[in-house]
Amino acid sequence: MTAAAVEAGWRRRLERRELAARLFVVACQVATLLGLLFVAILLVDVAQNAAPYLRRELVTNFPSRFPHQAGYASALVGTVYVAGLMSLVSFPLGVLAAVYLEEYAGPGPLTRLMEVTIANLAAVPSVLYGLLGLGLFVEGLRLGKSILAGALTLALLVLPLTILFSREAIRAVPFSFREAAYALGATRWQVVRHHVLPYAAPGILTGTILSLARAVGETAPLIMLGALQYVPFLPRGVLDYFTVLPIQVFNYVSLPNPEFRRLAAAGILLLLAVLLALNATAIGLRRRSQIRW
Amino acid sequence: MDTVLGTRVRPEVLPRSVSEGEVILRVQGLRVWYGSTPALRGVSLDIPERRITAVIGPSGCGKSTLVRAINRMNELIPTVRTEGRVLFRGQDLYGPGVDPVEVRVRIGMVFQKPNPFPKSIYENVAFGLRLHRRCGRRELDERVERALRQAALWDEVKDVLHRKNGLELSGGQQQRLCIARALAVEPEVLLLDEPCSALDPTATARIEALMEDLTRDYTLVIVTHNMQQAARVSDFTGFILGGELVEFAPTQQLFTTPRDRRTEEYITGRFG
Repeated sequence: MTAAAVEAGWRRRLERRELAARLFVVACQVATLLGLLFVAILLVDVAQNAAPYLRRELVTNFPSRFPHQAGYASALVGTVYVAGLMSLVSFPLGVLAAVYLEEYAGPGPLTRLMEVTIANLAAVPSVLYGLLGLGLFVEGLRLGKSILAGALTLALLVLPLTILFSREAIRAVPFSFREAAYALGATRWQVVRHHVLPYAAPGILTGTILSLARAVGETAPLIMLGALQYVPFLPRGVLDYFTVLPIQVFNYVSLPNPEFRRLAAAGILLLLAVLLALNATAIGLRRRSQIRW
Repeated sequence: MDTVLGTRVRPEVLPRSVSEGEVILRVQGLRVWYGSTPALRGVSLDIPERRITAVIGPSGCGKSTLVRAINRMNELIPTVRTEGRVLFRGQDLYGPGVDPVEVRVRIGMVFQKPNPFPKSIYENVAFGLRLHRRCGRRELDERVERALRQAALWDEVKDVLHRKNGLELSGGQQQRLCIARALAVEPEVLLLDEPCSALDPTATARIEALMEDLTRDYTLVIVTHNMQQAARVSDFTGFILGGELVEFAPTQQLFTTPRDRRTEEYITGRFG
């Protein structure tokens, strides 16, 4: 073969390689845009339906038989109560469990068993948590269909997630920092308190807020629990009846009057707004308190 | 109860008086395993006080394992098993009732890769002090300054103590910050595990000059795979091969008239 023929063959293959590279980029772009497209279609459709109901009364009025007087006041407040109370339970438990598994529990079959169990719990369908909550909190502890029972049920639901996120954040703290602290004569607690937790904090907070967002969108376990669909008052305490945004939306959608479907669309936008606010908080926290190493 | 560096010490547990001449650390029959893999197969050597002792040997020979056994850092790795004795001023550091935290206060360590905390320079140095004692603002300031001066870093950082993060310093400055951090708790022995392997020649020279100064107050043990460095800075050198101490002698002697054929082969560059 002549040198020119070798050169030509090499050139042809190079063109083919570059074509493959371009095709790959296009595939990635299409995949990204497709996701955005569906979200956009959904949002436009929902917004068109919801338009007449996007007014102040949406968040100040209680549920009503008449769609034009109905709103989400009790559901919004219920969501805030349930989510807040849930965080009070799941955040400390999740972080403490993660610290234990990462910093204290040695390797061994028992630790492995706990790790596998927690990972599996994170994948259990949420309806089952509803059943668990019904048996344990509503009936067993006689908390009734209360905010407290709902919050505890959701806390169980997100606990595995909180643990997993927190463990990831703790594991991302380089071993060299721990080593340096130990070499200065720090006790295990001092290493955790002064180094591991502060450096892992942004990741832990982000994970916590993401699990919070997951809980805010949950419907099934709270329906299992018996959360009410018609709550014409604001809760006065944690043992009061309650409803939350997704349940209220679910309820409005199932009513025969088509006007309620528009109100449901408005509720979906309200729920999305809550979720976006939570996610934005997570991103903001990560930005602000990020420690680089 | 006696007080050493703010930690309460039972005098009979760690005697401070030297009764054995100038030997501060006596390693006896030290064996270490990672799981079932032996890393040290019975090492014994005496480390003299206020001298620089170098430990050389090829990668993976166990020299880091040896120094990390001296301040009980190995046990942070869950699968490590240690046998034998490390006598510090006559007291076995692996004996019953000896707290590894106390061992690490009296035997400090500097690592291969500079590892300052992601905090201000001041906080880096003050961290060790805050762990062990309550001291007032002024005393803390003085001790931080003294440690930074000892590590020959003070003049470069005195204006940015609180403003600059330890990680914003250059590699050589970071390593001197780590030395200052270790010195701040006033240990008696400083272990240096390949402290210059991540540094350029200029930074290396500064650290070596600094080590000389430190022998006025401290006993230094340095692990290095750089034989010139061992020859330049140390008073005594141990050569480790395959987890065994092949030879331990005054540096001059080890590099000019090694007694073991393997030492000679290593220092003349025939393997390793």
